[in-house]
Amino acid sequence: MTALSALIRRDIRIALRVGGGALIGVLFFLTVVVLMPFAVGPDLALLSRLGPAILWLGALLASLLTLDRLFMADHEDGSLDLITMSRTPLELACAAKALAHWLAAGLPLIVATPVLGLLLNLDMVATGAVALTLLAGTPALTFTGMIGAALAVTLHRGGLLMAVLVLPLSIPVLIFGVAASQAAIVGPMTFGAPFSILCALSLVSLVIGPFAAAASLKHGLD
Amino acid sequence: MTLIDLANPTRFLALTARLLPWLAAATIILLAIGLYQSATAPDDYQQGATVKIMFIHVPNAWLSMFVWGVMSIASLGTLVWRHPLADVAAKAAAPIGASFTFLALLTGSLWGRPMWGTYWEWDARLTSVLILFLMYLGLMALWRAVDDPSRAARAAAVLTLVGALNLPIIKFSVDWWNTLHQPASVMRMGGSSLDRSFLIPLLVMAIAFTLLFVTLHLAAMRNEILRRRVRSLQMMQASRVAFSEVGTGSREGSTSKEVGAA
Amino acid sequence: MQLSGHGVTCVRGGREVFAGLDFGAGSGEAVAVVGRNGSGKTSLLRLIAGLLIPAGGTIALHGGDAELTLPEQCHYLGHRDALKPALSVAENLTFWADFLGGERFDAGESLATVGLDHAADLPAAFLSAGQRRRLSLARLLTVRRPVWLLDEPTTALDVAGQDMFSGLMREHLARGGLIVAATHAPLGIDSRELRIGGAV
Repeated sequence: MTALSALIRRDIRIALRVGGGALIGVLFFLTVVVLMPFAVGPDLALLSRLGPAILWLGALLASLLTLDRLFMADHEDGSLDLITMSRTPLELACAAKALAHWLAAGLPLIVATPVLGLLLNLDMVATGAVALTLLAGTPALTFTGMIGAALAVTLHRGGLLMAVLVLPLSIPVLIFGVAASQAAIVGPMTFGAPFSILCALSLVSLVIGPFAAAASLKHGLD
Repeated sequence: MTLIDLANPTRFLALTARLLPWLAAATIILLAIGLYQSATAPDDYQQGATVKIMFIHVPNAWLSMFVWGVMSIASLGTLVWRHPLADVAAKAAAPIGASFTFLALLTGSLWGRPMWGTYWEWDARLTSVLILFLMYLGLMALWRAVDDPSRAARAAAVLTLVGALNLPIIKFSVDWWNTLHQPASVMRMGGSSLDRSFLIPLLVMAIAFTLLFVTLHLAAMRNEILRRRVRSLQMMQASRVAFSEVGTGSREGSTSKEVGAA
Repeated sequence: MQLSGHGVTCVRGGREVFAGLDFGAGSGEAVAVVGRNGSGKTSLLRLIAGLLIPAGGTIALHGGDAELTLPEQCHYLGHRDALKPALSVAENLTFWADFLGGERFDAGESLATVGLDHAADLPAAFLSAGQRRRLSLARLLTVRRPVWLLDEPTTALDVAGQDMFSGLMREHLARGGLIVAATHAPLGIDSRELRIGGAV
């Protein structure tokens, strides 16, 4: 347990210090959301209808684009070798790294949601619904995204390739995330059904993500 | 006192140490006068008491652009004249400019609430300020992303100047985009048609806020200079060899490298 | 304790680096792996560390902790330092001590031994290459493991640093540890030579 909490604390510390990327994700989220009205027009009624979708897309891109360095930095400086050799199972170490990434880069997105809801003319209920679905759904994005991050290390390619690999995997999360927020705002579906599926997706990815990432890292050792 | 005299950080620190109390005092006095005048200014016949937000909002909006101008000049100083304090000035100004821009947005949206019924309207003015705010945040992220300030300085200077050139284009595009979608915005402020009873407190507030910026900026520059000194002291400390217990012989090999970097 | 490899074959990128390699090292013994560039010195260390999978043969440690696998009883000191420039020297070291677990020794003392105690609170970004190497060495002292796998350990170390490091290796061997080092330069301790990949 000390090993995992040490890893989580280290990764969060690095993300928050100079050169760390934690807050750049939020800035990216903010920028993407601000760009949308320039494309669809400043009509507040339209924006509030599209709001949940815009926020979800922004959060999706922001949480995936910050992920590609998840294992790459540790690979480049040799830390990954020591992590692989250690007594901590690689799966658990991967899960700890993903959790740290979510705490440092995913959680701020959710905190920023109310401000962005204001820009998109979402009311309290709608903003709350989007924030809640993001809270339930972004772990799924991080934990599926980490598979791509691990592949990026194996293949020595990062960036766009990773996005291309991972974005299709995140489609279910997007579908049920937006569906649940829309259900809470306009109906006619109940909020519970899509939200439960969203939570289920997160729980499944919590299991699959670390195993797939660890397998990919082990396979790609050299 | 020329710019060359100020180039020496030590002289700059000594000068600003003497200057800052006076600047701070002048800022406080002017702010007090401005706030008093704003409070006693008559209500607007259309907007009522909410018009008083203007006395805070307009100076913030003015400074949000003024600070970018200051940073642009400082960036020229970095790139063209290689003034040693230029990047210190640019770096110190960014968070202050971002704060003024944020306050302009905040007061604008509070003002918008009674006017429009919503906190946010994609009004051309507010939208331009929002983009400016994003650019400030991006610039701050750039300063933060690079550990070594002298390396970040050139990148930030280029970005600041590109931003300065782009700002009018962005403003124009946003205006065009906005009028394309909706007719005239709800709120119009004819600058010159403003009544004298509004104009004088507004001017006083604008000067007071500008002084406030100068005070904060000089103080932030002092902090930045001191921070860099701490940094080079730390680097010197790192290369110092405290190795008396173990081993013998010369260790100059490991120490000589970093003194140059500091 | 006896580390032994039998018929170890290493294939990398479709090319056979070495084949049928036999080696062994007992407690208190140091093996210097020598050979020309590209002969597979680093690969051999990574095979022992479990970071590469052998194409053939076996590597085993007898008489170690039966609960642990071979890599878990090894310290691997590679070309890369596994240090984070954003963290302070002490933070880097305590992180590895916490993460690697096992029997643990005082981090401050290890830093003093490698000559970095004056820099404990400074960011690792300020360290020179030699100092980074010293900090990596402090890791080997803070967490004790019987097998040290060292890849060109003395690069970037000055004369005093090399003396200090030789002393550390001698202490480690005296405690019953064993060392496998890939090196071009002499280690400064009594060691057996393991030549791979033919003549230099």
